Amino acid sequence: MNNLSKTTHEPLIHITKRAAMDWWKACLVRLASIVVALLLCAGVIILLTKLNPVEIYATMFKGNFGTPRKIWVLLQNLSMLLCISLAVTPAFKMRFWNLGAEGQVLVGGLGAMACMFYIGDRLPNVVLILIMLVASILGGVVWAVIPAVFKAKWNTNESLFTLMMNYIAIQLVSFFIMVWVPNGSSVMGVVNADSRFGWLPDLFGQKYLFNILVVAVLTVVMFVYLKYSKHGYEISVVGGSENTARYIGINVKKVIIRTLMLSGGICGLAGFLLVSGTNHTISKNLAGGMGFTAIMVSWLAKFNPLMMVLTSFLIVFLQRGAGEIATQFRLNESVSDILTGIILFCIIGCEFFINYQIHTRNKHKEETV
Amino acid sequence: MGNAAIELRGITKCFGNIVANKDVNLTVNNGEILSLLGENGSGKTTLMNMISGIYYPDEGHIFIDGQEVVIRSPKDAFDYHIGMIHQHFKLVDVFTAAQNIVLGLDEPGKFDMKKVSARVAEISQKYGFDIDPNKKIFDMSVSEKQTVEIIKVLYRGAKILILDEPTAVLAPQETQKLFTILRRMRNDGKAIIIITHKLHEVLSLSDRVAVLRRGEYIGTVDTVDTNEDELTEMMVGKKISLNIERSDPVNPQERLSVKHLGCVSKEGVKLLDDVSFTAYSGEILGIAGIAGSGQRELLEAIAGLQHVSSGEIVYHNPKTDKEENLRDKTPLQIRELGVRLSFVPEDRLGMGLVGNMDIVDNMMLRSYRRGKSVFLERKAPKDLAERIIEELQVVTPSANTPVRRLSGGNVQKVLVGREIAASPTVLMAAYPVRGLDINSSYAIYNLLNQQKKNGVAVIFVGEDLDVLMELCDRILVIGSGRVTGIVNGREANKNEIGLMMTQSAGGKTHE
Repeated sequence: MNNLSKTTHEPLIHITKRAAMDWWKACLVRLASIVVALLLCAGVIILLTKLNPVEIYATMFKGNFGTPRKIWVLLQNLSMLLCISLAVTPAFKMRFWNLGAEGQVLVGGLGAMACMFYIGDRLPNVVLILIMLVASILGGVVWAVIPAVFKAKWNTNESLFTLMMNYIAIQLVSFFIMVWVPNGSSVMGVVNADSRFGWLPDLFGQKYLFNILVVAVLTVVMFVYLKYSKHGYEISVVGGSENTARYIGINVKKVIIRTLMLSGGICGLAGFLLVSGTNHTISKNLAGGMGFTAIMVSWLAKFNPLMMVLTSFLIVFLQRGAGEIATQFRLNESVSDILTGIILFCIIGCEFFINYQIHTRNKHKEETV
Repeated sequence: MGNAAIELRGITKCFGNIVANKDVNLTVNNGEILSLLGENGSGKTTLMNMISGIYYPDEGHIFIDGQEVVIRSPKDAFDYHIGMIHQHFKLVDVFTAAQNIVLGLDEPGKFDMKKVSARVAEISQKYGFDIDPNKKIFDMSVSEKQTVEIIKVLYRGAKILILDEPTAVLAPQETQKLFTILRRMRNDGKAIIIITHKLHEVLSLSDRVAVLRRGEYIGTVDTVDTNEDELTEMMVGKKISLNIERSDPVNPQERLSVKHLGCVSKEGVKLLDDVSFTAYSGEILGIAGIAGSGQRELLEAIAGLQHVSSGEIVYHNPKTDKEENLRDKTPLQIRELGVRLSFVPEDRLGMGLVGNMDIVDNMMLRSYRRGKSVFLERKAPKDLAERIIEELQVVTPSANTPVRRLSGGNVQKVLVGREIAASPTVLMAAYPVRGLDINSSYAIYNLLNQQKKNGVAVIFVGEDLDVLMELCDRILVIGSGRVTGIVNGREANKNEIGLMMTQSAGGKTHE
């Protein structure tokens, strides 16, 4: 009632939805967001550390591209993150929230390591590596299919289920490390360091090239699978509307289980590449949080495998650059985390300005009649 | 102007580059019923949402009792005594009527439910509502829920009432009851705005009619001075004839027989009970009933999407002359039997189509399995998409536009087009013209009529009895999951159908 006598101001701001923006304008907005992020970061750097932000940025760049070795490490990290992102994408496209990539990678890695440990010296290397590959993929598949079956049959919540499976995987790995490492240490050293049994071969003298090529091929295959295959089409339909899928006679349960087998299998493959091609050992941190970062990579790229090359590069670049400045300037790791946070916030936040428009009050004068 | 309860001047609202309202001027007086008439998508609901504080206008002024006001939120609207009854009820199912009525009220002190019930009873008596304040919402019929919504705004002291398509969910008798109540409120000095697109209701109820067309205000006329033709012309912008041709069925043959069909929900509630009927080739069988009486379950049971607990669904295959029982078959199995059954479901984007996919990909839904290749074949669906866009005049930037970006009528043309392209022998359509403008509606009726002439058995679930009586050869009436009658479309009488619709389960037995 008493509102009647209140001021009759327009709200200070109101927000309306924008019509589709031209793609080049959208690109400009995204570019601007990076500039804003860098400026904001510069402010934070000066405030917190009193260092020269330009130097910091230069160090970040050098940390990624400074030496050929650094570039190879960058590419290796990128390919592993990309591999796991490719793994979660079909599930996400189907709106099955697979938060269990971390565990699926771990179990995959565990499979490979078990082969190295138990049958490592009895078989030719090629056969061993093939068996390791199969074991890894099977491990990942099993870890993903359990929640998928429960989801398909009893409609359990897949986010919680896959998340819980991660903890089981972590404990399994801890257990086997205790069994395998004689002195009861919780850290496992490099396995077969001399014989290199179960190690992926160097290509052209480069240790990581094998991994990188496998993931490159996988990226293209996944792109084609999602866009041009009947399976990919079924994934889109189930993700778009389960009722529509039922209506046209798609067996939704079958598609869920099949897609999660694929998702888990690729996670297992990532575990194999990490154990056989990169680390040659295993720890609880084998996936190192990539199972979760991959979700961000996949979403940022709007589930397009080719775009994921860019988004995973962005994330890996930031992480490696942040690590570099932390060591170079003896900064706390938290500072680099803050910078990474600011940059991601701006990049994701700019989508708001692409989709919406903000009107402020003082556009037209107040009049009373 | 002293009598104007609310006045709008130059209201404009855009969503992106879609202009929902453009420079709308409108006045509603106290003690008056104003009909806001316009086709779907003409901006009626947007305009009312601005009065009730859900949207904020881009431009323009609102005056209440001659004073300019700014309505920034639904709370502001309440404070100005504006109450809106939405098309989709906003009630908490597990609360009683009285609890829902006071929900969100910010009164000091403890709630005294006795007092609330007394107030509710007082309001009910004044206007002639029939409601039990202690009844839970989930026990209520649609018309009772609507009553709760109306009492809710009256309880808050609303003087300006807005009703968004209140009769869409009501049977004819319930509509009459509502109108009596609205007239009483008008005589009590309230300003009432009723949004509708049913012309005969406009003429029988309102004092004045305001017409919107594509977001623009066309004009206001006194109801006594106008007629259906004039109003249609104002709504559509040109003269159109509102006649549906109905040919006699040619050589009707049994195509689909449903025998003693029963369906039970997971909670054990009977959704369908002993439903029996036969659909013949070359005829349109209408299905009438209050929304939610089992129409959806019936069609989904035939399509293999709803679990059936008893009875049979028999398809008479015209090619092989064989009878196939479709009960307990999946949609895929039904198709593999060679049954050409097309189904236009009620929920177009939730069941018939995938909103995020483009028209071409939506065309493939039925046909993508063809061939042994693991890859999709997009050429044929692309041709089909282009053919449908051209033949049915679908308004779209291209065949690669996601269907969710199309307007309701165009979405429906895409869906109906695809289902007809499968050259069905049985075509089921649930509310195929819901949300469509008049021209699109008649385009859909024509398509159904064409299918009928081609010898298809058409099953049409509709909500507008006038249309059902004009279009259908026979009308099956369904009430609470039971068949309450099958009438001849040419001889049916609206009151008779209305009575059958409201017959409740268990009240009568049908053999």
